[in-house]
Amino acid sequence: MERSLTHIALFTALIAALGLVPKIDLAAGVPITAQSLGVMLCGTVLGARRGALAVLLFLVLVAIGLPLLSGGRGGLGVFATPPVGFLIGFPVAAFVAGLVVERTTLAPLWAAMCGAVIGGIGVLYAFGIPGMAIMLDKSLTEASYLAMAYLPGDLIKVVLAGFVTQAIGAARPAALMSRA
Amino acid sequence: MLTLTSPVETPLHRLPAGVKLAALAGYTALLFALQAPGALALAGLPVLTLIAGGGRVFAAHAGRMLRPLWPFLLVVAVWHLATGAALEGLAIGLRLVIAVAAANLVTMTTRLSDMIAVIERLAAPLTPVLPPRRLALAIALAIRFVPVLSERVTQIAAAWRARSPRRAGWRVLAPAALAALDDAEQVAEALRARGGAG
Repeated sequence: MERSLTHIALFTALIAALGLVPKIDLAAGVPITAQSLGVMLCGTVLGARRGALAVLLFLVLVAIGLPLLSGGRGGLGVFATPPVGFLIGFPVAAFVAGLVVERTTLAPLWAAMCGAVIGGIGVLYAFGIPGMAIMLDKSLTEASYLAMAYLPGDLIKVVLAGFVTQAIGAARPAALMSRA
Repeated sequence: MLTLTSPVETPLHRLPAGVKLAALAGYTALLFALQAPGALALAGLPVLTLIAGGGRVFAAHAGRMLRPLWPFLLVVAVWHLATGAALEGLAIGLRLVIAVAAANLVTMTTRLSDMIAVIERLAAPLTPVLPPRRLALAIALAIRFVPVLSERVTQIAAAWRARSPRRAGWRVLAPAALAALDDAEQVAEALRARGGAG
């Protein structure tokens, strides 16, 4: 029980830390926040239930006014901005990513990449695009064009989520709770 | 750690957090019901008055918190000027700015401890699955470890730079996640040694 609780809390802190540290150049000169990568990792490393709870706890901390989103954003205001759908989709994305890693027998690298694509892109965009459509008063088609701006960065994060999950599985096999 | 609560005391600081949150929910619903730019501007006046009433420092803080909105306002402006529906674009932009400013106003005038109290009250029906003590412990642990892990990521990046002319970039991610996992195991043991998480 204590292990679950501390893993959830520590990965919540990790998502925040990845957003606070500026300038992680994920690929040659493209500064991308590692924050949504943190969300994918919550699922692929901690598993579906704990991963989703860690992300949910992160959103609670943001909502009560801690500036933990990348760029020092936070507070209730971020839940009224156009990307709010992505925030709401974060816990579900982590859950689905974790579920894929838990339920498949692929090697951690491929399982985590599949999980990150299905959860971190498929499920996440299914929340994010309607959210953007409502907030900007656009049709779903128009909103999906706007969401494409996030796609290149997210594809890079999918690959990284795979490699990081694999590295964790190699260094601490017991710590990969999604496979324990 | 810094919170987004404004150090400038306003009358809004003294209102109960629950009242402010309920008012915000109602107000945001109203904003989404209004369609005309004129009506939206009128509805935004109270928020503007409250922000301006806090004085210059308070208003500047509120202004800074609106900055992340500019890319979206730009997209809306370009889109609606191109399609010739400028009035609709104005309404969308106004609604966006006012809704975010109102929500930020609640955040800026409510202390973290009051917000946590609201969360505990909202989570009360969940007590059988999630005891309030456990939730409070998780919140406290997460807040405590944000600066710890940020520092760790910075150290890992510095250690990389000491060994390589190239930037660390994504290579800090796996060690950072491992650090979080190791810390989690140790904190779990420490909690168990002190009688568990309750």
